[in-house]
Amino acid sequence: MSIDIRCARLDPEEISRNYSELHTPLTELQAIQESARCLFCHDAPCTEACPTDIDIPGFIRKIASGNVKGAANTILSENIMGNTCGNVCPVEELCEQVCVKKTAEEKPVVIGQLQRYATDHVLENWIQLFQRAPQSGKKAAVVGGGPAGLSCAHRLAMLGHEVTLYESRDKPGGLNEYGLAAYKMLDDRAAREIAYILDIGGINIMTGKTLGKDFELAELRRDYDAVFIGLGHNAVNALGLENEAVDGAHNAVDFIELIRQEDLSTLPVGRQVIIIGGGNTAIDMAVQIKKLGAESVTMVYRRGLDEMGATEYEQQVAQTNGVLIRTHAKPHRILTLDDQLNAVEFEYTQNDADGRLTGSGEKFVLPADQLFKAIGQALDATPLDGEETPEISHGRIKVDESQHTSLPDVWAGGDCTAGKDLTVTAVQDGKIAATSMNEYLNHG
Amino acid sequence: MADLSCKIAGISSPNPFWLASAPPTDKRYNVERAFEAGWGGVVWKTLGEDGPPIVNVSSRYGSVDFNGQRMMGFNNIELITDRPLQINLDEITAVKKAWPDRALVVSLMVPCTEQAWKDILKKVEQTGCDGVELNFGCPHGMSERGMGAAVGQVPEYIQEVTEWCKVHTDLPVFVKLTPNISDIRRPARAAFDGGADAVSLINTINSIVSIDLDIMAPTPTVAGKGVHGGYCGPAVKPIALSMVSEIARDPHTRNLPISGIGGIGDWRDAAEYISLGCGSVQVCTAAMRYGFRIIDDMVDGLNNWMDEKGYATLEDFRGAAIPNVTDWQYLDLNYKTIAAIDQETCIECGLCHITCEDTSHQAISASKDENGKRTYTVIDEECVGCNLCYLVCPVPKCISMNEVDNGLPYLNWTEHPNNPMK
Repeated sequence: MSIDIRCARLDPEEISRNYSELHTPLTELQAIQESARCLFCHDAPCTEACPTDIDIPGFIRKIASGNVKGAANTILSENIMGNTCGNVCPVEELCEQVCVKKTAEEKPVVIGQLQRYATDHVLENWIQLFQRAPQSGKKAAVVGGGPAGLSCAHRLAMLGHEVTLYESRDKPGGLNEYGLAAYKMLDDRAAREIAYILDIGGINIMTGKTLGKDFELAELRRDYDAVFIGLGHNAVNALGLENEAVDGAHNAVDFIELIRQEDLSTLPVGRQVIIIGGGNTAIDMAVQIKKLGAESVTMVYRRGLDEMGATEYEQQVAQTNGVLIRTHAKPHRILTLDDQLNAVEFEYTQNDADGRLTGSGEKFVLPADQLFKAIGQALDATPLDGEETPEISHGRIKVDESQHTSLPDVWAGGDCTAGKDLTVTAVQDGKIAATSMNEYLNHG
Repeated sequence: MADLSCKIAGISSPNPFWLASAPPTDKRYNVERAFEAGWGGVVWKTLGEDGPPIVNVSSRYGSVDFNGQRMMGFNNIELITDRPLQINLDEITAVKKAWPDRALVVSLMVPCTEQAWKDILKKVEQTGCDGVELNFGCPHGMSERGMGAAVGQVPEYIQEVTEWCKVHTDLPVFVKLTPNISDIRRPARAAFDGGADAVSLINTINSIVSIDLDIMAPTPTVAGKGVHGGYCGPAVKPIALSMVSEIARDPHTRNLPISGIGGIGDWRDAAEYISLGCGSVQVCTAAMRYGFRIIDDMVDGLNNWMDEKGYATLEDFRGAAIPNVTDWQYLDLNYKTIAAIDQETCIECGLCHITCEDTSHQAISASKDENGKRTYTVIDEECVGCNLCYLVCPVPKCISMNEVDNGLPYLNWTEHPNNPMK
C-alpha cells in the first residue's frame, strides 16, 4: 500500500471547527446555578484532592455571592496557574472525583469550569491581585519557565526577591505553551496567563538559555543566593526497536509542540495513524491528529484499559473523537517501504505467572503512514553535571517535602522530580519550593 | 483595601459583622471559634436572672426548604440560655479579656421590675462587656412568662425598661425589637424616648414552618405537639429591610443607631442593610447553616465591592439608600418602563408570555414558525412596565426593563388629576 501523508487533509475551516474548545466557558447563569449546587462542605474532599490546596468551597461561595474577584483571589493565591488548571486539570480524578454531589447525585459540581469562570474574570479585566513585598535584596535563579518554574518565580517575586528565570526555548510556559492539547488551551490562553504572572514585576526572563550549554549550575550557585530547577522532562523514552527514527515516526511531544505553535494546515497528517502509549499525552496526540483529518487513528497500549495512565474521561474523549483504542499489544517491529514507515507489527501481551507483562508470541500488523510514540518522557540529568550535582533518585532529582535537593542552596520541582506529572502538581512544587527558599533567603 | 471598621453606639469592631444573640453565641467555645474565624463582634445569647436555669426542649428547630435549597426560612423554639448565670458571666469576662478588639454585647431578659434589671446590669457590667441588648423580641415561651415579645409589643413597657437600664448602667443599651407588631416605628420611638443608644432588629417572626401530615402536628415537634416559633433566615430579609427603613426615615428616630438583623447571609445582604443606615449587622441562620467560615466572603466580598465603588469606609455609603425610600404617593406616576426581550439569548421557555397572559396585561405575544421556533415579543402599547416577565425569566439580562422617554414631567399622586383628595 502506498504511503499517504499530506498537509491540510481537511479544509482550514473544518480544522478550526475541530479545534474549537473542548469546554465552552460557563455563562453567568450556569455559574450561578452551578455554584448554588456546591454544599460548601466542611473539610471538603475536593480541597483535599487538590494538589494545590485551593479552598474550593470557599471560592465557589464567592462566585455565588457575586464576589468573583474574591473567588479568583482564593484560587490564584494557591495556584497562580489556576486558569490553565481549570481547563486542563484531570478534575475527574482530582476534585470532581470526590465531590460529595457526585456521591449524592452522580454529578459533581463542575469545579474546573467554575475555576476558569472566576479566573477568566481577573485575566480578561486584567485585575492584578498580587503585589510584591518590600525588596529583600536577595537574588534567586529559576531554571525552566514551565509551570513549576513560573510558580516558583512568581511566589519568590511576591515575597520580595529578585528572580532571573532561564528558559531554553523562545518563550516561557513549558508544557502549558508547548505541550497541552490545543483544544484545551485555545487562543493565547497560556501566554495571557504568563503575562499576568510576570506583571507582578521582579522576574527577569532570559530565553534561549539552556542549562549545561549556555550556563552551568555552578555559575548560578555562585551568582545567586538560591536556585530552583524546573527542567521538566528533557528526554523521551524510546521503544527500543530498529528503524525507530524512520521517516513517519515521531515523538508525540514534538508533534504536539508543532500543533501548538504552527499553522495547523501545514502539518503532515497520515491517512492511517498509530499512537503507541496509554497516557494522557497519547490521548492528546490521538485526538489531535484525528481532528487534523487522519482517517483512522489507533492507540495501542500494552496493558489493559484499567491500567492506562489516561483517565477514563480522557479515554472517552478519544473514543468520541473516533480513536480506536487497542490494548494488550506491544510494538514488535517497524515495517518500512522505501525507507518510509509503512506498518507496525505488534505482539499480543499477557501477564505471566508472576504478573509480569510478556509477549504471547502471537502477532498482527497494522498499516501506518504515521507512528507517534507517547510512552513517557524522562529526565536527562547531564545538564546538571559539574563539580557538585544534586542527588538523582529513580531517574528524577531527589527532593524532600520542601522540594529541597541534596544541595543546600538548590531546590527543584515539576516533572524533573518525582510525583504526578501534571501542571497542577508542578505549580504546587514551585510554590512549596519558593516558601522554603524564602525561609532560607531570609534566615540563611 | 477599604476600611471595614465599624462604630455603633460607641462600640467599635474591626468589621460590621456580628453574630446575633442565638445558639451560636451561647458559650465561650462557640464565641471564640467565631472570633478566630474573623467575626467582628457577638451579642451573647440572652442571659436571664439568677436562679434555676431555663429548661429547653428536645427538637428545637424547623426549616422551610425551597426548590431543593435547605433552610430558606428557619425557625426555633429554643429559649434563652439554659446555663447557670455565673458560668456565662465568667466566660464573657474571659472572652472580652482575650479579644479586646471585638464587640461583645450581652443580651438580657429578666422580669419586668426595676430591681430585676438593676441586679442583672450590675452583674453584667463587671464582665467588661461593651454593651447590653434588651431582648424584647423572643416570640415563644418567654413571652408566656411576661418577658420577651410580651414587653416588646407594648411601647410603654419598652420605654420604661429602657429608662431603668439607662439609670442603672453606663453601658450602651441596645433595644432588640420584635417584628410581631403592626407598626415598627412605635416600639422604636419608645426605645428612643427611653434613652436607648441603639435598636437591633428584627427579632424572629411568629411562625409555624410546616405541619407534619403523618402525625398532624407542627414542626419542630416535641412529643407529638408543636408551638409557633421564631422565624428567621433569608425569607425574612425583605420584612426586616422594610422595618429598618421605617425607623431610619422616621423623623422621631432618624438618628437612632440601628444594628440590622434578618436573613443576612452574605456581604451583599449586609451592604443593603448598611445602605439603609445600619451601623452593624447581625447574623445567625447563615452561620447555623454553614459554620462561622462564611465570614471570609462577607469581609472579602464587602471589601471588593467597596473598592469597586470607591467607598473607603462604611460611613461612605451608610444610609445612602434612605433618601430613596419614600411613600407611594410621591412616586413619579409619569415614569414609564417597558420590557424588551433579547431574542438572541431567549431560550424559548415561554414563561414571560404565559405569566403575562394569565396574570398580568397580555403584553407578550407568542408565535411559532414552521420549524417550531418560538418567538415571544413584547407588545409595547400593552406593557405597563410591571417587571413580572423580567422577574420570571430564567436567563440573566435576557429581558430588560427600559425607560421610555415620554417627555412628561414628574407627577405624583398628591398632584394627580385623578386624586379625589387633591
